[in-house]
Amino acid sequence: MKPIESFELPSPSKVNYLNAVYGLKSWLLTKDHKRIALLYLGSITFFFFIGGIYALMIRLELLTPSGDFLESTTYNKVFTQHGIIMIFFFLIPSIPATLGNFLIPMMIGAKDLAFPRINLLSWYVYLAGGIITIYALLAGGVDTGWTFYTPFSTTFSNSYVVATGLGIFINGFSSILTGLNFIVTIHTMRAPGMTWFRMPLFCWSHYATSLIMILGTPVIAITVLLLAFERVSGVGIFNPKLGGDPVLFQHMFWFYSHPAVYIMVLPGMGVISELIANFSRKNIFGYSFVAFSSIAIAVFGFLVWGHHMFVTPQSVYAGMIFSFLSFAVAIPSAIKVFNWTATLYKSSISYDTPMLYALGFIGLFTIGGMTGLFLASLATDVHLSDTYFVVAHFHYIMVGGALMAYLGGLHYWWPKMTGRMYPEGWGRFGALVVFVGFNLTFLPQFIAGYIGMPRRYHAYPPEFQVYNVLSTAGASILGFGMLIPAVYFVWSMRYGKHAEANPWHLPGLEWRTQSPPPTENFEQTPIVTWDAYEFAPPEETEVVGKFHGEVERAS
Amino acid sequence: MSEHIVSVRVYITIFLVLLVGTALTVWAAFVDFPFGLNTIIAMAIAVTKATFVVLYFMHVRYSTRLVWVIVGSALFWMGIMFAFTFADYFTRSRLSIGT
Ligand code: HEM
Ligand SMILES: [Cu+2]
Repeated sequence: MKPIESFELPSPSKVNYLNAVYGLKSWLLTKDHKRIALLYLGSITFFFFIGGIYALMIRLELLTPSGDFLESTTYNKVFTQHGIIMIFFFLIPSIPATLGNFLIPMMIGAKDLAFPRINLLSWYVYLAGGIITIYALLAGGVDTGWTFYTPFSTTFSNSYVVATGLGIFINGFSSILTGLNFIVTIHTMRAPGMTWFRMPLFCWSHYATSLIMILGTPVIAITVLLLAFERVSGVGIFNPKLGGDPVLFQHMFWFYSHPAVYIMVLPGMGVISELIANFSRKNIFGYSFVAFSSIAIAVFGFLVWGHHMFVTPQSVYAGMIFSFLSFAVAIPSAIKVFNWTATLYKSSISYDTPMLYALGFIGLFTIGGMTGLFLASLATDVHLSDTYFVVAHFHYIMVGGALMAYLGGLHYWWPKMTGRMYPEGWGRFGALVVFVGFNLTFLPQFIAGYIGMPRRYHAYPPEFQVYNVLSTAGASILGFGMLIPAVYFVWSMRYGKHAEANPWHLPGLEWRTQSPPPTENFEQTPIVTWDAYEFAPPEETEVVGKFHGEVERAS
Repeated sequence: MSEHIVSVRVYITIFLVLLVGTALTVWAAFVDFPFGLNTIIAMAIAVTKATFVVLYFMHVRYSTRLVWVIVGSALFWMGIMFAFTFADYFTRSRLSIGT
């Protein structure tokens, strides 16, 4: 077996990226990708709480059939603001800007991203967009739905559409900058020996995500700009009365926003590939298929947006093409699910907290994806469109998928990021509570939607109440479940056990440096001579799942 | 990054070309062309102007092939957006259900 020279346990050192320099200025002007990742972590957590408060208000209102808790107009604002905050200010930046920022340079053996200053700039741009949006919410809010459909948004809504649009416009640039940084970094900064096909799949999925960020985000920017332009100046673009076309808005909006759903879930798929391979101590089944399926999703994801427009005057021919292509784009997602499952086969699985989230992801993402196919069928969509079925569908993917992956990844890399361990028992307990709470929240919504409960109404006929009571009960459990990690993560930063360099005993480069890493990540540039998940086959060692570096050291 | 220095003369020439383009656009807006050509003419002028901006102000003309590939793929992506959108608009009248 080839020896792995560069695998030497790092000499324990007290200096790391967290304590190398002190003071507020050292954080606010940092160019260290790891510190910027933590800045992002703090800010997206803040937005997640705001979005969560809106979610709480929605579930409280829907507890009873009558609209007794919120006025209908207030309710419109609440679900709109929930969607805008959660999508644009939490889910889109979540994994890339925190875990991706922290880990991509470490995984490929680089000292930092290609453009550290642009990285910092992206955080400030994100904050600027966030502050403007929060201003819009405080000034009076916005009630158009996160989709800003015209002509309501351009002509009839009396809310702060332009200010919110400006916030989203600005925020988009932070996404573009992050994507640009990742692409250039992955192309140019890989350590010697780190070939494309030795990269962890996390990097492949972030590469694919970055492509969408760069190619798609400018379109949403232009679209909200046109919307604001029509609203302010009265030039007819989307308003039929002025010679415009409201369906044109939907084309432009979904040209970005369908690919954007993959911006939200692709990084999560990258996390899951890491977790499944590493916690089952086995090379991933069909590495190159999993890698290229990310690229396929990024490319083909741009060709299906019309499935959001089946009940508009969109031509039936276009609808048929979009429906067919939507089925086609499910194939690369299915490849991933099958390959993860095949990886588990005959492996040595350990059920640590991150793995629990990963196993949850596989099931929940599959449910979310399969119900997407119901919606992508022309005829069934007429029945299901704009019902709670759609709400359940995308929450299964965005919460059951992307958020679970984010939490799993956060647990997995927490020892590396902070140098502390979280309490494993509480971790597993929290993961189970989140899983149960999630399903109780969203499974009833499939049924309610299927039997006809529309989305975006504050009152509903009494026969839907039982599903809504279940859902609100589930949401309480889910909320409680997510407070558990929030509490012990904060606790662990001070009181947690100190983490070793490689607490999970894994081959990845990020584990071959101290925890937390030094500012320049590695003491010397690593030379890579192994594949991403190169665990020794069982016959080479008595201990199943040792990886090559360890085998050599032991023998 | 290409080190090519573009002379001030080129910049001024392109600027003047853009001004002429703007004047043409305004003029064309007040003429009633046959066969509904107005839109096509306005778009043609706009595309020409944009091409000058990309080639000279954004230095693409003096850049490496890689940059050309990037610009090309961005245009291709925009082509996807137009193609599929028109796939809707141009086939709407072909089949009408329920009307
Ligand atoms: C992979 C991650 C996915 C995410 C994050 C996602 C997310 C979403 C979101 C946010 C919506 C609601 C949009 C709205 O009306 O406000 C939605 C609707 C829809 N999704 Fe997905 N989706 C995903 C996968 C899929 C897949 C794989 C398909 C089909 C192949 C699909 C098909 C649909 C359809 C047809 C609708 C429109 C339903 C309607 O409003 O009539 N989705 N999805
Ligand atoms: Cu979609």
